[in-house]
Amino acid sequence: MFEAVAFYLFAFLTISMFWITVTTSQALYALTALAAGMIFISAFFFILGADFLGAIQIVVYSGAVMALYSFGMMFFDTTRDVKEKQGNKAIILGLSVLAAILIVAIVAGPIVSDNIQALYPVIEGAGNTQQVGLVLFTKYLVPFEVAAVMLLVAMVAGIVLAGKKMDLSLTLMDEEEIQSMDNQDKKVLS
Amino acid sequence: MMEIGLNHYLVLSTILFAIGLVGVMRRKNLLMLFFATEILLNSVNISFAAISHFYGDLTGQMFVFFVIAIAASEVAVGLGLLVVWHKKHNNIDLDTMTSMRG
Repeated sequence: MFEAVAFYLFAFLTISMFWITVTTSQALYALTALAAGMIFISAFFFILGADFLGAIQIVVYSGAVMALYSFGMMFFDTTRDVKEKQGNKAIILGLSVLAAILIVAIVAGPIVSDNIQALYPVIEGAGNTQQVGLVLFTKYLVPFEVAAVMLLVAMVAGIVLAGKKMDLSLTLMDEEEIQSMDNQDKKVLS
Repeated sequence: MMEIGLNHYLVLSTILFAIGLVGVMRRKNLLMLFFATEILLNSVNISFAAISHFYGDLTGQMFVFFVIAIAASEVAVGLGLLVVWHKKHNNIDLDTMTSMRG
């Protein structure tokens, strides 16, 4: 009973927030609605017993990703209304049919494969965080490390792309060059 | 109706996925396309967590972790590229990116 009430409430809230995100013409409304939707999605993880995932969802999505988006939006002109695409009707129709077939496949998949076997069954007598740690650091250790390297690469790429004067290397330059560069900067600033 | 099963979560996930697809199809601004991509990834995360719960298997939760990691790095690199493009061309509409120039 309680679970059903929570499910329908958060389903309604999530759907309405994401609908606002894809339909509004204001970029700031879209950003805030997306952040709210992310937090409401973490409620589903808590209902499903995946407590650690719910915390990760709030920390990573509403914390890191949304902060990154809001920093990125400082570069863009967000006060202007977002223009909509008036695309080819045939392409939109084809993509919609494809999406409908995909949705049927997604819903039918677990029902068809009803003889599914648990590969890493839930460990009895352990909390969710403990279970996640046990599986993540034994069976999925290599993908975990690869994901860490991927995040490092993404961080370096983000810094290099968005930073200023990233085509210069201070360690490869002489002292005089750095001095002259500093003097030029002071002239520009003053 | 009152008993929440796996199908409820799958239907919710497909509704959110459809909303994300609507966003991808009708948006022109690249930042809004990124938002729609986040919605797509989140809808898949819900179905992974639901299947993990109802089949008593932890693999779904592991996949949600890796999807979240991929989403975070996608945002970092994508926003960096977007900032560079905005500095160069002063807009981030898709129409200006239809052809590749050096």
